[in-house]
Amino acid sequence: MQIFADLFQRYGFDLLSGTWLTVQLVAISAVLGLCLAIPVALARLSENRLVAGLASGYSLFFRGTPLLVQIFLVYYGLGQFDFVRSSFLWPVLREAYVCALITFVLNTAAYSGEIVRGGILAVPKGEIEAARACGMAMAKTYRLVILPRAFSICLPAYSNEVIILMKGTSLASTITLLELTGVARLAASATYQPIQVFVIAGVIYYLLTLLISWIFRLLEARYNRYITQAR
Amino acid sequence: MGPVTEYLPLLLLGLATTLKLAVSTAVLGLILGLLLALAKLSRHGWLSRPAYWVTNFLRGIPEFLVLLVIYFGGTQMLGQVFGDRAPDISPFFAGLAALTLVFGSYASETFRAAFQSVPKGQIEAGRAYGFSAWQCFRYIQLPQIWRVAIPGLGNLWQGSVKDTALVSVIGLDDVMRKAQQAAQSTREPFTFYLVASLMFLIITLVSMWIIAKAEKRASRGMPGAR
Repeated sequence: MQIFADLFQRYGFDLLSGTWLTVQLVAISAVLGLCLAIPVALARLSENRLVAGLASGYSLFFRGTPLLVQIFLVYYGLGQFDFVRSSFLWPVLREAYVCALITFVLNTAAYSGEIVRGGILAVPKGEIEAARACGMAMAKTYRLVILPRAFSICLPAYSNEVIILMKGTSLASTITLLELTGVARLAASATYQPIQVFVIAGVIYYLLTLLISWIFRLLEARYNRYITQAR
Repeated sequence: MGPVTEYLPLLLLGLATTLKLAVSTAVLGLILGLLLALAKLSRHGWLSRPAYWVTNFLRGIPEFLVLLVIYFGGTQMLGQVFGDRAPDISPFFAGLAALTLVFGSYASETFRAAFQSVPKGQIEAGRAYGFSAWQCFRYIQLPQIWRVAIPGLGNLWQGSVKDTALVSVIGLDDVMRKAQQAAQSTREPFTFYLVASLMFLIITLVSMWIIAKAEKRASRGMPGAR
């Protein structure tokens, strides 16, 4: 126990700031990823074969390859091209933080796109027909009926995706970011006590997992309250 | 395309390591998952409760962290036991241990759900005919769980193949690391990481095809089987 107290004294602040960076990465990627997931899902369902094909190609690539390769492709790979290096975006794209975020957003959007697509397909046909019969245009039907319904159908599956995303952010440590795993790796090699340090990091990650599932339980209770009332 | 053809043999060598790790993980992970599922379904609290604790914890932390604990923590422990003459832990063994633990934890949930999907009446009938508990397990439950478990296990396999890439970080010579080496010496990182990702994509596509076949085979003879 003495060891843990010493570790907290020396690395408590670093671990806390690492946790904060992890939370940041998860929150920003989850929000932006969900925003991108909706157009991806709509494109997947499009009747235009080209649009649907492009979207499913994107989805297949990001779901079929390791996250680590994707991070390296963005962080190390983009610099290979002269037009990227000479563009005005290069100072931004060189940042590990930005590269990690881009990768996480693209990755989680591919997975969430599938979840949203499933949600849209699960909206009962009758509700869509009813909305159309009331004179709603297709765009309005999507905005007021299909997407809100799909959202509440998706919530349980989406909470799993956010937990997977949180676990994926640990890979940001491979491109020099000092999030929770990055801080733990530094502390482990500085103190020669990897087990103790990684156990602390593991407990923090586990608490974050519990936090995410608790937030989603609240959201589910809120957005599916018409179902609980009906029982 | 020049440098790619030049480095292709090296990358294929890495691919063999990746596949070896993935297949060994799946085999050991299935066994561990089955054992953990039986522990969870056990009547004895001292057996089922720790199984839930361990698997819930392992499913709630990053796979990468599990790998780091086993690799660096294992070295630390061996160092404490053997002193200066401690043997090194090979990246392959550390990767195998970490990925097996993760695979087993997830698989135990899949198997548990699958076991619970077999109607109780069948087991009661088996016992009434004089089957032992082992015979009920072997001849009634085990053949039926695959139909429910294969889709979930298929997803686990796909995830586990992709997780093998993490082991390159601690020095396993897999596709990922070979691509890294090629990227460094040719200064064409995008090309080689893209090639590595395409190799993973091919494994994913072939696996999808095999899993679909296995699903079809496991549910043959079921009413309404797809």
